[in-house]
Amino acid sequence: MSEQSKKVAVFACSGIGKPLGSVAREIGYELTERVRPDNTVLTCLALLVINDPEALKLITENPVIAIDGCSLSCALKCIEAHNAQVVRAYQSIDFFKKHNGLRPEGIIELNDAGKKLAALAADELAGVVDELLAEEAKNV
Amino acid sequence: MSDQTRKVGIISCSGEAIPGGTLSRVACRKVLDELRPDKSVTLCFPLFVAGGEEERMFADLFPTITVDGCEKRCAAIGTERLSGKPTKSLIVTEILKKRGIALPTKLRNLGDEEKAAAQAVAEEIAAVIDEILATG
Repeated sequence: MSEQSKKVAVFACSGIGKPLGSVAREIGYELTERVRPDNTVLTCLALLVINDPEALKLITENPVIAIDGCSLSCALKCIEAHNAQVVRAYQSIDFFKKHNGLRPEGIIELNDAGKKLAALAADELAGVVDELLAEEAKNV
Repeated sequence: MSDQTRKVGIISCSGEAIPGGTLSRVACRKVLDELRPDKSVTLCFPLFVAGGEEERMFADLFPTITVDGCEKRCAAIGTERLSGKPTKSLIVTEILKKRGIALPTKLRNLGDEEKAAAQAVAEEIAAVIDEILATG
């Protein structure tokens, strides 16, 4: 991937046990599909667990955003274990603390509050994507 | 078999970037919540990497089914590498093919078609749980 075509790689924990894991997953979709579709790429976190060569190349050649549901930070730890280039880490619990009127519920299907929370979080992360890519451009 | 081991572990790949990963996640959750709530238990797959010794004992403590969204089989390979060999490895695309169901294309906001596909995968997982428990 050339410097000009660099993208921000986005990984979400997708925790299966808590609504906040679903919020993390939804933030990943909102960020890569709605907010910054041309500058980001969502990749399966599980690929890092099996050392998939393409996923490893992605995180060593591009800046990375890790979105976790809880403080166990599984996504971040997976990424850090594989020599990622630049990582910014976020937890959906922190977005909830900031917007505590939006209580997420549901794991298979997030409630409307959870979806709204994810959308707001993705809007906030748009600036992070821009910043990461600006830093990359400076380093060309 | 003790009360604890009369449960079957389910590990979903939960792949965010593929429709099969979404189906895997939804189907596993349906099994845990609706189809076999007293006979199944789960662990978030990435927790094998982030967790400690206790998490890595999972496949030793429970007969384990892995459910992958695609042929890369991340959950199966990762579980074997980090915890123990799964008792059974399922792949969403193969389950759907066997049942003559087309693989959905959506990653989120599932409609009736995707929900029906997830239900089919969940039923397959539940049947495998029953088989494993029946054979002790």
